[in-house]
Amino acid sequence: MHRFFKFAGAVGFLGMLGGLAAAAIADDISGAGATFPYPVYAKWAEAYKQQTGIGLNYQSIGSGGGIKQIEASTVTFGASDKPLEPADLKQNGLVQWPQIIGGVVPVVNIPGIKPGELVLDGATLASIYLGDISRWNDPAIKKLNPTLSLPKLDIAPIYRSDGSGTNFLFTNYLSQVSPAFLKTIGANTSVQWPVGIGAKGNEGVANQTTQTNGAIGYVEYAYVKQTNMTYTRLVNRDGKLVVPEAKAFQAAAANADWARAEGYYLILTNQSGAASWPITGASFILVHADSKDANTAAALKFFDWAYKSGQSLAESLDYVPLPAGVVKLVEQTWQESLKVNGKPIWPAK
Amino acid sequence: MAAVTIPYKLQLRREARSEYVFRFMTMAAALLVLAILAGVLLALLYGGWPALRTFRFGFLTSTIWNPVTDQFGALAPLYGTVITSLLALLLAVPLAFGIAIFLTETCPMWLRSPISTCIELLAAVPSIVFGIWGLFVLAPVLQHTVQPWLIDTLGDAPIIGKLFRGPPYGIGLLTAGFVLAVMVLPFITSVMREVFLSTPSSLKEAAYGLGATQWEVIWDVVLPNARAGVVGGIMLGLGRALGETMAVTFVVGNAHRISGSLLAPGTTISASIANEFTEAVGKLYTSSLIALGLLLFLLTFIIIASARLLLLRLEARGAHV
Repeated sequence: MHRFFKFAGAVGFLGMLGGLAAAAIADDISGAGATFPYPVYAKWAEAYKQQTGIGLNYQSIGSGGGIKQIEASTVTFGASDKPLEPADLKQNGLVQWPQIIGGVVPVVNIPGIKPGELVLDGATLASIYLGDISRWNDPAIKKLNPTLSLPKLDIAPIYRSDGSGTNFLFTNYLSQVSPAFLKTIGANTSVQWPVGIGAKGNEGVANQTTQTNGAIGYVEYAYVKQTNMTYTRLVNRDGKLVVPEAKAFQAAAANADWARAEGYYLILTNQSGAASWPITGASFILVHADSKDANTAAALKFFDWAYKSGQSLAESLDYVPLPAGVVKLVEQTWQESLKVNGKPIWPAK
Repeated sequence: MAAVTIPYKLQLRREARSEYVFRFMTMAAALLVLAILAGVLLALLYGGWPALRTFRFGFLTSTIWNPVTDQFGALAPLYGTVITSLLALLLAVPLAFGIAIFLTETCPMWLRSPISTCIELLAAVPSIVFGIWGLFVLAPVLQHTVQPWLIDTLGDAPIIGKLFRGPPYGIGLLTAGFVLAVMVLPFITSVMREVFLSTPSSLKEAAYGLGATQWEVIWDVVLPNARAGVVGGIMLGLGRALGETMAVTFVVGNAHRISGSLLAPGTTISASIANEFTEAVGKLYTSSLIALGLLLFLLTFIIIASARLLLLRLEARGAHV
């Protein structure tokens, strides 16, 4: 019988260990959601922990998962690349705000074409992904690039096969500039593409594009920057040519009318402004308006720190910080609409 | 005397009790498996129910998979799953057969153990590694050599020509089949090797004694004796190929389309789920993905059940001969 007691003792001990581990995690801020901002959130968390001793446990399980987890209140905050509509926010008692900006950049693999040489506009990009333009020497592309010699080469469109914020921004932009795209494909984190092949993740799209002659793909800006891919320039809403760089994304964010967007429901694609990159997007944070989670105040302190002291870290990873004017608006929203157990929590004590 | 018999009886009773506890625990372990299986099935049914109720049989026959309009049909992933798995078997079974025959019959003794160890090591490679290898190594090779050759030589052939048309993307159903073939090879090979080894040596010696050639011994003695095991090994490989996720996701092309060509991108059930589940928003969308999981569960179940039936019939026939 004493063997049984030994066994029971071991089980009890393991249980205690589990309890200790749970207690240790409870002090950390917990969040879950979008994969796109994960590198910068992780870097912020590391630096913040060094400065304050408060840890942040962020699980990059995808925007859909992040929304589900915050609705179920299993995390302090959720993160999504696609903003929730004001009605959805109200229904679930959630508040959202933009935290970081990124952009999507088309990349190509055409013999003889160097980074930044090729020019495309939204309508042409949409026609390529609809399969209406199938050769690189198509008159529509030639018209945008009168000085380039484009080969008679089939276009191989590459798309992101995994559901992602990148897909959402790209299809949202194409749906805005092309009625045909809106009608046959539409905008979502994953859509039914009529042509092309799907590759998994940024690295999959990048790899497939570099391997396939005549390929076109789209990846996150940070990825283009770090791998020196052959990016294209785009014609934006104002008809100006723009190069994908940090200030072009920031221009799009600054030109957007955040103050009048209810629940920050604003998608930064196809913004006006001479310098705006047309496929720009923000990644959002979601919390309960009246939270039962005492950690919410700690989470706000973290996000405030990230806005103010995390900028250079974000830039080092090729993310784009939010313009100061928008940060001010967001913190005003915190003050007005965020509570824990009925008590306001911002400004933090 | 009494002082001795009482502890003895006590000990007996104690042993009987521990026997009882032991038997109960082993039974509970076995029943737990059944409970988990039933639980998984119920959870899949429950999760997939909204999609199945909305689309009914259309879920099985439609190739539309459109998260924007909330229209979902499973035919394209179903087709991709079956085609890539069959391709894998088509490539792996003859190879596994050759390896197993070589290892058991014609291989010099000193070489047997190194080769079998290597094949077993192949089974230990994580599937994500096969995925990366498929994408970065195999796909470019196929794209630049094998696929253009297939298109040039077989593309114009009647009937089967349709299977080898279209631009050589490097990734697609064929590439997925290749990667899966490498992955299932060790499983099929080791089962075949085991059953070939189990052929009674008296039978083989008798055949050699009658003047049979090595080929005749293999074909007429070893193989009939191992038939059931060979089928079992193939089914084991098929089961693994059907459910393989990561490696396939990397190389299958992930397109919800059915095109006649093997070079074209397609998708499989598990690849679709892995790709889309994390970012799937909306009840019908997630439900459709879970319903896909249910389909895979049933498909695997049907295949394993029919393999069992086949084995039973083969064994019954074997007993009569």
